[in-house]
Amino acid sequence: MKLELQGITKRFGSLVANDNIDLVVNPGQVHCLLGENGAGKSTLMNVLYGLYEPTDGRILVDGKPVTFRGPGDAMAAGIGMVHQHFMLIPVFTVAENVALGDEHTKAGGILDLDKTRARIREISDRYGFDVDPDALVEDLPVGVQQRVEIIKALVRKAEVLILDEPTAVLTPQETDELIQIIEELKAGGTAIVFISHKLREVKAVSDVITVIRRGAVVGTVDPSASTGELASMMVGRKVSLSLNKAPATPGETTFTVRNLTVPGAGGQNLVDNVSFDISRGEILAVAGVQGNGQTELTEAILGLHPHASGSVRLNGRELLGMKVKDIIREGVGFVPEDRKVDGLVGSFSIAENMILNWYNEPPFAKGLAMKPAVVLKNAREKVAEFDVRTQSAEAPVSTLSGGNQQKVVLARELSRPLNLFIASQPTRGVDVGSIEFLHKRIVAERDGGTPVMIVSTELDEISELADRIAVLHGGELMGVVPGDTSRDVLGLMMAGMTAEEALGQGPGQNPTPAGEGGTAAGERISGEHAAGEETR
Amino acid sequence: MSAANGPNAEGIAEGTAAPPPIPGTVETPPAGGDDRGRGILKSIATGSSLVAILAVVLSIILGGILIALTDEDVAAASSYFFSRPGDTLGAAWAAASGAYAALFQGAVFNPRADSLALMFRPLTETLTVATPLILAGLGVAVAFRAGLFNIGAQGQIILGAMFAGWIGFSWHLPFGLHLVFVVLAGFVGGALWGFIPGILKARTGAHEVIVTIMLNYIAIYLVGFLLTTPSFQNPGSSNPISPRLDETAVFPQILGPQFRLHLGFLIAIAATYGVWWLLNRSTVGFELRAVGANPFAARTAGISVTKGYVVVMMLAGGLAGLAGVAQVAGTERVLTSGIAASFGFDAITVALLGRSHPWGVFFAGVLFGAFRAGGVQMQTLTGTPIDIVLVVQSLIVLFIAAPPLVKAIFGIERKKKPRKASRAKATVSGGAA
Repeated sequence: MKLELQGITKRFGSLVANDNIDLVVNPGQVHCLLGENGAGKSTLMNVLYGLYEPTDGRILVDGKPVTFRGPGDAMAAGIGMVHQHFMLIPVFTVAENVALGDEHTKAGGILDLDKTRARIREISDRYGFDVDPDALVEDLPVGVQQRVEIIKALVRKAEVLILDEPTAVLTPQETDELIQIIEELKAGGTAIVFISHKLREVKAVSDVITVIRRGAVVGTVDPSASTGELASMMVGRKVSLSLNKAPATPGETTFTVRNLTVPGAGGQNLVDNVSFDISRGEILAVAGVQGNGQTELTEAILGLHPHASGSVRLNGRELLGMKVKDIIREGVGFVPEDRKVDGLVGSFSIAENMILNWYNEPPFAKGLAMKPAVVLKNAREKVAEFDVRTQSAEAPVSTLSGGNQQKVVLARELSRPLNLFIASQPTRGVDVGSIEFLHKRIVAERDGGTPVMIVSTELDEISELADRIAVLHGGELMGVVPGDTSRDVLGLMMAGMTAEEALGQGPGQNPTPAGEGGTAAGERISGEHAAGEETR
Repeated sequence: MSAANGPNAEGIAEGTAAPPPIPGTVETPPAGGDDRGRGILKSIATGSSLVAILAVVLSIILGGILIALTDEDVAAASSYFFSRPGDTLGAAWAAASGAYAALFQGAVFNPRADSLALMFRPLTETLTVATPLILAGLGVAVAFRAGLFNIGAQGQIILGAMFAGWIGFSWHLPFGLHLVFVVLAGFVGGALWGFIPGILKARTGAHEVIVTIMLNYIAIYLVGFLLTTPSFQNPGSSNPISPRLDETAVFPQILGPQFRLHLGFLIAIAATYGVWWLLNRSTVGFELRAVGANPFAARTAGISVTKGYVVVMMLAGGLAGLAGVAQVAGTERVLTSGIAASFGFDAITVALLGRSHPWGVFFAGVLFGAFRAGGVQMQTLTGTPIDIVLVVQSLIVLFIAAPPLVKAIFGIERKKKPRKASRAKATVSGGAA
């Protein structure tokens, strides 16, 4: 099935989300849509999937124009979509989820799941999915859940499969498996639209790359193009992808975590007996697949988990048991994982958000009275310093783009003397141009002598920033390894191997496993890492 | 996380991205399913003022149609509508405009009065009735701003009136001092009735709507019961009425004895300014607004959400308690079981119409005061039932709750995602620089 989009335009009021986009997807081809967050990739796919009606333009299937009034029409025409956030019902089995909306019934309306089971096995065997039709979806790992979504589309005879940011939730190994599955599907004649902003995988998987910027196609390129070329097309200007940070010069160890445990609701621990140290002037990056305790770890340090046990010491003071407000006063800067939920008050102005956690300290307040003029002056200075693109410091922060919102959070946290800086997913949903800037600020904070802890699910970011890497899996610390540890080893650790096991299995670069949280070992390895940096 | 999704997909993304509730902590702000309902209620409570004004206009027009439909002259003229439609329309216009003219006369200015001062008497009546509406409306609004739905203004008014009234008739203090105690007692009484849902919400997560509704019943029956006991009931009377408040315990009439307007109105003005200052210029207000707008971010910034809930409910209750003071020490001067009338429920409407902004609440309170004061005159002069005023008030709320309906009726184009548009603008300028 050949799918063509001709001159698709989609407007929301005055905003042009898609501007006259042409796209041809051929059978047996992986067509990648590359663009920054907010470039209009998902809008285009939602038009294609019948969720939005295009303002202008038409969709052709095998040369014939079609109109989709909803996802049902699109599915009937052979288009399947795997959303970034899976549309599965956790308490249903795989077969029930697959059948949902397309149920086979016996006489009297009784559900006939056997047919669906058979179809699932058939597809599963054909593409090597290894999915049990009777497993409960909530028990499956994320990678397998994604396969269930793909099966859902295939059972409905999808010939064009849209994958929206499919690797966002996967480990590197799962990503490799997904790429294999894509190869299989491709060989079977399925056309695949692969949406992503990650250059590495785009290059690995696609046959054709269409780059979208600000709603319009900026070009169609061959996957052999360099990542630098792709990045500058995406952003619209030259970007430097590597940070070239100076080697770390770790000072005294001022931040120690010992046996930190955060109990979960179901009896299992969300963070399980985790210990590590961070010295002044070094960045410890915490790697792991999303949902393996990173969030809880950072929140526990900030005092958001009253039931956490163990010890968290900063400059000799025990933080555990203190109130959030007091921990912030101890000089802990915190960039939460989800800035829209935990980091910013959307309806508040930029100025108010810039002082969200020190609004009652001088010079912003005197007693009960706040000083709006000082608050505004502070905001104007920070807006200039952090290059926040906005027309006014009094505009609601929700009007800013993701990157600029993150700059507001970072500006707030980095604008006071810190003894510890924690940033969770510091560049998630941030445009490539801003990433560079944010990374530089984080490294600058490290060079100013602050212990820095970064949590990220993106290995690129981890290796970019880390002086040492701690890997979490299922709430447990798999080990702390040097910053230049290979992706393969990190991938194995993220899947649940300890540092020793992973290094034994991995390709064997970096034969020196770092002691878990051992300060001496950490410092020694930081030194080695520094040497590696210079030769790179 | 792609932000490129349009409004639809983004909704989905936001829905699923809600952080998991933290087990075993009461500190956790309201999670999950509650959020959507809260979002809707919040947008009703704090939407644009244009919609509020249009809702009032629309309701008055519809009220006019209702007046015309129920008018006898109109009914008579409509029997020969097809031969002379002008008669029907003329009668309808006369009925509606007559009723509204009477309402205006009763609420603002009566040109037929004997003296200039008396001509303005209706306006002072309006302000007198508006006083408890404004105070209780502020109580509802301030809770709205912190994300709480204080349905309990009725009970808080009663408790305020009960405390203030008891001090007023059972204590005997010198002029000035007595009144100060009366006012303070009223505030404390209301604050107590606000503290209960606040602390229950903070400690146990009990929903404030349910708790405040139940406390309303408790307050209504509590005052009814107390008025049958010797400490509250007027000696020698079998009616559930308290003794009259001491002369030292009542609000002075600020425009002289021929007008009922009392000191409570000045307190309402001061309270409006005070609430405005507190919300917009103080650290406490900053905390409350942050808690209301995004409890998760507030918590991460070190603001105690639970403390915020307790503080704001006490403040809300205290303000409603002052409305009770205005009733018992200003207008009525005795405590009865009907002291709060339906002010506590109208206060919710007032807060909605005022968009939960202090001065918005003030003017909404004055408007509703005018409806009440003028409604009586309308009924006497034109025979239009006073219930029509209630219908108009209810229509206002209905229209405020459905902004798209109002905008569609007035042909205002629905802005599609202005937030997205401005975000795109920011990105564009970002790319250009």
